[in-house]
Amino acid sequence: MNLAAPADLSRFLSRKPDGSVTFDAMVRGARCAGCLAKIEKGVGGLPGVASARLNLSTGKLAVVGSADFRPETVLQRLHDLGYEGAPFEAGATLDEDAREGRFLLHCLVVAAFGTVFTMGLTDAVWYGGDMDAGLSQLFFWLAAAVSVPATLYSGQPFFFSAWKVLRQRRSNMDVPISLALVLSLGLSLWQTAHGGSHVYFDAAVMLSFLLLAGRYLDFQLRNKARGAARHLLAMQSILVRRQGAGGTLETVAAADLNPGDRITLASGERTPVDGVLEDRGTELDLSLVTGESVPVSRGAGAAISAGSIVTGAPVILRVTARVENSLVADLARLMEAGRQSKSLYVTLAERAARAYVPFVAVASLAVLAGWLWTGADFTRALTNAVAVLIITCPCALGLAVPAVQTAATGRLFRKGIFIKSGDALERLADIDRAVFDKTGTLTLGRPVLENRDEIAPQVLEQAARLARASHHPLARALASSAGAGDVARDVTEVPGSGLEAQDGGITLRLGNAAWCGVEDRGGASLWFRAGTLPAVRFLFRDQIRTESRQMLAALEARGVVTEMLTGDQPGPAAQIAADAGIALWRAAVDPKEKAAHLQALAGRGHHVLMVGDGINDAAAMALAHVSIAPGTAIDISQRAADMVLRADTLSPVVEALDVARKARRLVMQNFAVAGLYNIAAIPLAALGLVTPLMAAAAMASSSLLVTLNALRLAPWRAS
Amino acid sequence: MNGMALIIAAALVMGLGGLAVLLWAIGSGQYEDMDGAAARVLLDEDGSPPREGPADP
Repeated sequence: MNLAAPADLSRFLSRKPDGSVTFDAMVRGARCAGCLAKIEKGVGGLPGVASARLNLSTGKLAVVGSADFRPETVLQRLHDLGYEGAPFEAGATLDEDAREGRFLLHCLVVAAFGTVFTMGLTDAVWYGGDMDAGLSQLFFWLAAAVSVPATLYSGQPFFFSAWKVLRQRRSNMDVPISLALVLSLGLSLWQTAHGGSHVYFDAAVMLSFLLLAGRYLDFQLRNKARGAARHLLAMQSILVRRQGAGGTLETVAAADLNPGDRITLASGERTPVDGVLEDRGTELDLSLVTGESVPVSRGAGAAISAGSIVTGAPVILRVTARVENSLVADLARLMEAGRQSKSLYVTLAERAARAYVPFVAVASLAVLAGWLWTGADFTRALTNAVAVLIITCPCALGLAVPAVQTAATGRLFRKGIFIKSGDALERLADIDRAVFDKTGTLTLGRPVLENRDEIAPQVLEQAARLARASHHPLARALASSAGAGDVARDVTEVPGSGLEAQDGGITLRLGNAAWCGVEDRGGASLWFRAGTLPAVRFLFRDQIRTESRQMLAALEARGVVTEMLTGDQPGPAAQIAADAGIALWRAAVDPKEKAAHLQALAGRGHHVLMVGDGINDAAAMALAHVSIAPGTAIDISQRAADMVLRADTLSPVVEALDVARKARRLVMQNFAVAGLYNIAAIPLAALGLVTPLMAAAAMASSSLLVTLNALRLAPWRAS
Repeated sequence: MNGMALIIAAALVMGLGGLAVLLWAIGSGQYEDMDGAAARVLLDEDGSPPREGPADP
């Protein structure tokens, strides 16, 4: 995205009645107090800006400005400060999410208040000993006055959800929950009116509170995951420069391009659509499209795919396909297919609920029938049936999964892993195979000077003085190898050929073989010639990340078979495979073959983790059981991935696997705790031996146990 | 008995008061950016970051 180009951002502005305007932008990369202050001060100081406030949790920057405020200055300032920013359409979904969160929190605090107050009253009766009947009756009525409205208000999420599925003649966990809430309140009111002592006011409102706690944690997780996905979507609104009639340039959204349009691409820009090079050839970095690590030359008239990055001379591209018909869109459709297959994944919580609902219904009805059959009166039978319903209610079950996942995602976030879908951790725990892309994943994805030892230091420095003036990837690699230093004066760059400068009457040239008048010997290389001295060759090669080998070995040690799939040629692929110590690898694999390979592995019953960064990996990543993208990955891969690594290193993959496996173990332990408690409590409840105090104590203690168990994964326990 | 009524009424009023404050806090969006709130407490009065804060990204 070219931020310098004036773009029409007025559709992202919303006007308030008092004349001020608001503008929302998504900011990537802001994580600490320092970023927060830098951004708010930087943007807040722009002309026409009244206030700027950054939400660090969602990455949304809300700017309020006066009528003459120009939103593009905000994006430019963010860019200058070193952050990526994108205009954000404040759609209805965001407000709806915020509303849902607030509503759940409202319900939660009402339930918390009700629980504390009601327990104070009912527990006083049970511990009161010699309390007279009139006073305990009064306390029960007071408890009813607080707990009935509190439960009915805070139980709304369960009631609505239960009503929705019942109308579709299905059932879910919320049906027995709603039944338990309503029946226990009704029964308690009846008992109070008739002078009984089996009142479950505190149990009902506590049940609501504990379940809401689990529900709220779960909502926060999903909200964070959705936010990450939305973030990436906002970043994709790429702007391009189109040549209008009469040669004027206009900035338009990539989605508005039509076949036949001409767009200009400067060096370093990525094309969002398929097209044909119109006027001349250039060099292109295809690493995101094919995985080839070395830039390639393409002549005028060559067709190039969306996702190619221009590294040579600026060119004009004639668009041949709209964004939705370009290669990227093709892969996006493959990704969609993958996502649909993934949505069939049944989470552990869902599996638990499926087993739980019929069990509770059968148990309660059996108790009711059993007591009636033995000749008990209806009230007694109903009281015991309701006791079973309450005591089996899944507060521990409802907390078992979200508590663990909240602790685990918090811990991984601190380790630099961003999780985009709630069940990704569960899926990661299943894997027995890991497939890696080569370029940009196992390797750095950029050329590194290889033959530095063969080059005299003064020649390297001379060449670097020229190289520092250029943005060409090979020149940059040369400059970074030489380190910081001076830049030669009056460097001229001939795109597609090289650089030239004069130094004390000697012509210095750095560029391709023809530029320096020597024969091309292949490979990614630059030549340097000082005057009439013989030309010196700089050879570049993509290099393996230092941590790759260790990371792969760590995965193998955990029983995960590792594999490499690359679109690059067999030569470089074999070298990297040897460096990485990877035995299974395939080269020259196109994106569809990658996807097919993933499907074949899944067909053989493997659960595969795919780690990749390019367009060519996106479809395979969507089809994989679970996928991870490095932070340097292209947007579409980050969108396809379940997790995104924040730092430019692969080491957190191992940490993620460890945490995922530990999380699954803790969830299973929590299920066992909840199950054991039910097994012990149900016979007692069925026989009518459970008192309301026991029900409340058991419910609270099992929930506490489950939460404490989950906290074993807490971020502050991370080494 | 009179003391009891007073205590219960006082507890109810205090409890409802706390609830009202909490609901107001939620409604005004104070729980929507927990990470931001954790970071903002480190900022000095003039809005500049703490000196020995984490390095820039």
